[in-house]
Amino acid sequence: MIIENSDVILSVKDLSAEVDGIEILKGLSLEIKAGEIHAIMGPNGSGKSTFSKVLTGHPAYTVTGGEVTFKGQNLFDLEPQDRAREGIFLSFQYPLEIPGVSNLDFLRVAYNSKQKYKGLEELDAFDFDDLIRETLDIVKMNPAFLDRSVNEGFSGGEKKRNEILQMALLEPTLGILDETDSGLDIDALRIVANGVNQLTRPDNAVLMITHYQRLLDYIVPDYIHVMEGGRIVTTGGKELALELEERGYEWVTDKEPVEVGAR
Amino acid sequence: MSLQVTNLEAELKEPQSLVSERDRAQYLAQLIEHRNPLVVSGWLGTVRDRALNLLRDQALPSTRDEDWRFTDLSALYRTTFQPVKPAIVTSTDLDTWTTSDLPIRIVVINGVFAPEHSTLDTLPSGITVQSLATAEEAIQPYLLQQQGMNEVFTALNTASFTDGVVIRVGKNQVIETPIHLLFLTVAGDVPVAIAPRALIIAESGSAATLIEEYGAIASSSRAMTHQESGEGTYWTNAVTEISLADNAQLHHTRTQREATAGFHIGKTAVAQSRDSRYSLTTLNIGAQISRHNPEIVLTGIQTETHLNGLTLAVQSQLSDTHSLIHFAQPHCIAKQLNKCIVNDRARAVFNGRIEVPKAAQQTNAAQLSRNLLLSSKARVDTKPQLEIVADDVKCAHGATVSQLEDEEIFYLQSRGLDRESACDLLVKGFAAEITEKVPSEKLRSQLLTSILSLIRD
Repeated sequence: MIIENSDVILSVKDLSAEVDGIEILKGLSLEIKAGEIHAIMGPNGSGKSTFSKVLTGHPAYTVTGGEVTFKGQNLFDLEPQDRAREGIFLSFQYPLEIPGVSNLDFLRVAYNSKQKYKGLEELDAFDFDDLIRETLDIVKMNPAFLDRSVNEGFSGGEKKRNEILQMALLEPTLGILDETDSGLDIDALRIVANGVNQLTRPDNAVLMITHYQRLLDYIVPDYIHVMEGGRIVTTGGKELALELEERGYEWVTDKEPVEVGAR
Repeated sequence: MSLQVTNLEAELKEPQSLVSERDRAQYLAQLIEHRNPLVVSGWLGTVRDRALNLLRDQALPSTRDEDWRFTDLSALYRTTFQPVKPAIVTSTDLDTWTTSDLPIRIVVINGVFAPEHSTLDTLPSGITVQSLATAEEAIQPYLLQQQGMNEVFTALNTASFTDGVVIRVGKNQVIETPIHLLFLTVAGDVPVAIAPRALIIAESGSAATLIEEYGAIASSSRAMTHQESGEGTYWTNAVTEISLADNAQLHHTRTQREATAGFHIGKTAVAQSRDSRYSLTTLNIGAQISRHNPEIVLTGIQTETHLNGLTLAVQSQLSDTHSLIHFAQPHCIAKQLNKCIVNDRARAVFNGRIEVPKAAQQTNAAQLSRNLLLSSKARVDTKPQLEIVADDVKCAHGATVSQLEDEEIFYLQSRGLDRESACDLLVKGFAAEITEKVPSEKLRSQLLTSILSLIRD
């Protein structure tokens, strides 16, 4: 929801970044305020996922210019784990499998890392068990998944639900969903979207990165940005998605028509 | 097929610090000369003397021997070991080695059965435990059953053990509580050699769980002498023979947590009769140089065998596992998973030999070697060795070597874990697949804690 005069959560000014010496982000600017849901759309290779990795501090990406502040502080002063503890959460496009580490242990370690950072009480196994069982319902997850190794042998949908479960547990100020809808069947998409919708509040924000308009039927954004060539080229309301669906991305880009999947 | 993996920066060239054949022969003669007398002599004396004769035709190995290619024992051969003296320890000396969830305890100190530290009064009915030195001759058929008992270090143990334990699980007896068998060394002012020995007899239809551990204790009475040179160096040359009768079942855990000054060479020789089930979980964590040879001979049909091993090698440690599974009859199953975690400039070696002769049709065998290298100078040599003659079998093997991936670490960092905690969690996950099979919660957590702290040091 768009709220008058709400706090700026994320401010990105003229951001450039490269990976392996290739510049991917070329002057990206964006502002996200508390309560808002933003969607970034765009063809493959436009830099959408790079943007999410740069915000969360992936070591392979180098920031070459611009400024990013998160809740008023310089984001680049923070280590990846401190960005997470301060309230940035990335739902991975491809969540990693961690054999031998139970999902329950992983969730508890993650939760307690944040509690400790905030000077709040860390939960022991019993108290955490109570908390996580309440949280499971948000993504309709079977408790049996807690005893399995993190993401190991999970289906695509189960992995994404596990990501949203982590988001529910960590209660981020900014939740970034990197192609969370890709590869999901419609039932899984409904569960995931419903989970995200339960987590939105006036004091947090969501940034969805997606290739498909379909997700926006289930999580309705306040703003849609179209990304092309490493920058945002168009911004509009939710109705922009329909135009894009009908007319393709080339409609909003200055350049030659972009072949989807070319990169 | 041989897979040798090392990071680019690691030196590929082997230091050839060979001790000459003549020196090794002299060394062996000296070891024999220094052997201790038996606690009680009798028929066992004849067994020892026969092994002694066997040794006269044998040589200690060097890296020129295929079986010892990656494991240079020069540091061992350069050390003069004295016969071990009986040590007196108090029950508090044992504290770090006992846990409350393992109430059945059998303790052997410096190779000699210590009934005063063992819980003989509270043994469940169905098990008998006795000193090897005073065992009746009736157990002799269970000793030295296998071909591998002629191997030089095993024969050296047979020629020099002074005592040991015999554990017998009676027919159709089901023992729920694990038996905690501790082989502990009290090292002296000068380097000492110990030859611990155990014989486990599982009678037909029995079921039991055994946790066998090797390590050192600092005796409180000796605590003042640690500065003296040579203090603390010792060599454990251990042999455990296990005999499973028809339809018997044994869950066996073996940990090697020797002190860093220690050398450890050990054999676990297992003979499985028909329909028996045996699982072995090994944890090789300690010693400067260690070698473990589990040798499983499947003498009956329809046996099942599970070998799970974890090796941790840090600093300049060298830890070698050479396993053998010999099939002899049809319809037998064996599954093996061996894992190594190697840090610093340490080395791990895994050689997994599986023999499937013509008679062993319908064999189902699988072996997997998974390795985690934590530093650019760490090295692992892993080699599956399958010899399959039978033509109607299912045998699979594989080996992987990996490092902690930046992607994995980043995933955990993005959930609020710092880099160190992220690495710990990943290593713990890698190790847990083996440690979770240890049937004692307290020992499991001790093992994981010591693995993580050894990696961090």
